[in-house]
Amino acid sequence: MAKSALLKSSLAKKYWMALTGLFLCLFLAGHLAGNLQLIFSDALHFNQYALFMTSNPAVKILSYLTYFSILFHAVDGFLLTYQNVKARPIGYAKNNPSANSSFSSRNMAVLGTLILVFIVTHMVNFWAVMHFDKNMPLQSITVEVMGQKQELYVTTNGGYMPVSQVAKSYEEAMKTGAQTYIEHRTDFYNTQARVKIGEGYKDLHKITVAFFKDAKLGLIATVLYVIAMFVLAFHLLHGFSSAFQSLGLNHPKYTPAIKGFGKAFAIVVPLLFAIIPVYIHFFLK
Amino acid sequence: MSTAKNINITLKIWRQKNAKSKGSMETYKLDNVSTASSFLEMLDQLNEQLVNERKEPVAFDHDCREGICGMCSLYINGRAHGPDTGITTCQLHMRMFNDGDTIYVEPWRSRAFPVIKDLVVDRSAFDRIQQAGGFVSVNTSGNTIDANATPINKHDADKSFEAAACIGCGACVATCKNGSAMLFVGAKVSQYALLPQGKVEATQRVLNMVRQMDEEGFGNCTNTGACEIECPKGISLENIARMNREYLKASIK
Ligand code: HEM
Ligand code: SF4
Ligand code: FES
Repeated sequence: MAKSALLKSSLAKKYWMALTGLFLCLFLAGHLAGNLQLIFSDALHFNQYALFMTSNPAVKILSYLTYFSILFHAVDGFLLTYQNVKARPIGYAKNNPSANSSFSSRNMAVLGTLILVFIVTHMVNFWAVMHFDKNMPLQSITVEVMGQKQELYVTTNGGYMPVSQVAKSYEEAMKTGAQTYIEHRTDFYNTQARVKIGEGYKDLHKITVAFFKDAKLGLIATVLYVIAMFVLAFHLLHGFSSAFQSLGLNHPKYTPAIKGFGKAFAIVVPLLFAIIPVYIHFFLK
Repeated sequence: MSTAKNINITLKIWRQKNAKSKGSMETYKLDNVSTASSFLEMLDQLNEQLVNERKEPVAFDHDCREGICGMCSLYINGRAHGPDTGITTCQLHMRMFNDGDTIYVEPWRSRAFPVIKDLVVDRSAFDRIQQAGGFVSVNTSGNTIDANATPINKHDADKSFEAAACIGCGACVATCKNGSAMLFVGAKVSQYALLPQGKVEATQRVLNMVRQMDEEGFGNCTNTGACEIECPKGISLENIARMNREYLKASIK
């Protein structure tokens, strides 16, 4: 172990690149399954899923692994690319690389950097809002009670809480005399007893729909999202099968199958991701 | 066959006085080149012309001129060993070119292969990688064992033989966008890893050869596959995968 420098050598870096890359492919599949609920399910199920993803301990471990993988993959990728650029200080006056290699395989670093930019903006837009925004709305539904429209918060134990009777804070409840107020962003508290009586769902569904339906920026956001998915597709077109080669898995029987599956994965996954904002922007409601 | 004809060409060639000087692309006109001549014969013809003009001839590497020594190099019109596949530069013929063509001729470009003069590069980095582990230690003090006494699986013997076909020309490094030497090292590691004689030193071999490869300043493989296509001996990417497996195995031992 000591002799081989399992972090430093060229091959070791490639192993880590491949392992983190493949883990991120798994992450993509999981993330996609969740996102597709924006099309195939309702707001409640989507928000339940979002809550599960931010609170379940097993998912927490997976999400930390994902953060780590993205960082490690990016840093390792930059190191490798830096060395690769250094390995040819003087370029060719005439070069014809398309004669022997694919566009994707030659531009993994550029594609990856664009993906990194996308991941950061994507996390600012959704992940950070979900995790840190103090004004994140809680999910409510509108019902008709005796001809009167009424807004009700949905609680995680399947109950409802009339929006008109819930104050934004204890101070507000003291002023307005509301029976209930919101504490810790999602908890419903009884004003007299000051104890928790229920919990609401952060309405990520609403945030997402509003983001892509925004009158000013919704179209731009949708177009940029679709472009980012093209970039991801090209990264994976080479990356998926390349990772197996990096790990030493090249076999006359299995490699064609891995390549075929990799191509399909690289097209289908980004395509399904891209359909979601397009559907929200142009077709929802 | 008398389909040969004479063509006139323009050459753009890298000229560099010595390892320290800067160098630049120079343009030469060369008339009446027979399409039956080889690329290197065409360069000989150019050099005769230069000598007659009392100019310094172009320095380029060559030896066997039959595709076995690996000495000839040259990046021709943006491809290692020129257009055509499965050949070295000495096996490239002028029939691949047309009258009026402009042909770019450049040295291998790699930090680990510094230019010595014009089109000649120093490939001793490959020698040092070989010396780091590309051998088997055998006792030769009069008790050599007949090679056929050790039974070897036919499939492995064939794969080993294919890997051993590598002539160390460096086209893989030259064509790789990363200047990576992994096809060469993969071939050298595989050649021995597949045979019982090579198993004895397998662990040290792959660790040492990869370490030397990294120290020489070659880049890292991105699996673009360009090397496999440009390699005159058809060395397959399978050999890089085998090196990756061998290195992983050796690393956790
Ligand atoms: C969800 C996001 C991503 C996924 C699923 C992904 C997946 C992959 C896979 C499977 C590989 C092939 C590994 C190999 O050849 O051994 C790869 C290579 C690469 N990735 Fe990513 N990647 C992602 C994001 C990024 C980011 C953010 C960057 C950089 C900032 C990046 C930079 C690279 C580079 C430079 C390579 C080529 C490395 C090499 O072959 O030496 N990737 N990626
Ligand atoms: S692997 Fe092929 S291209 Fe590379 S040095 Fe050997 S023969 Fe030349
Ligand atoms: S001169 Fe020997 S291989 Fe070309």
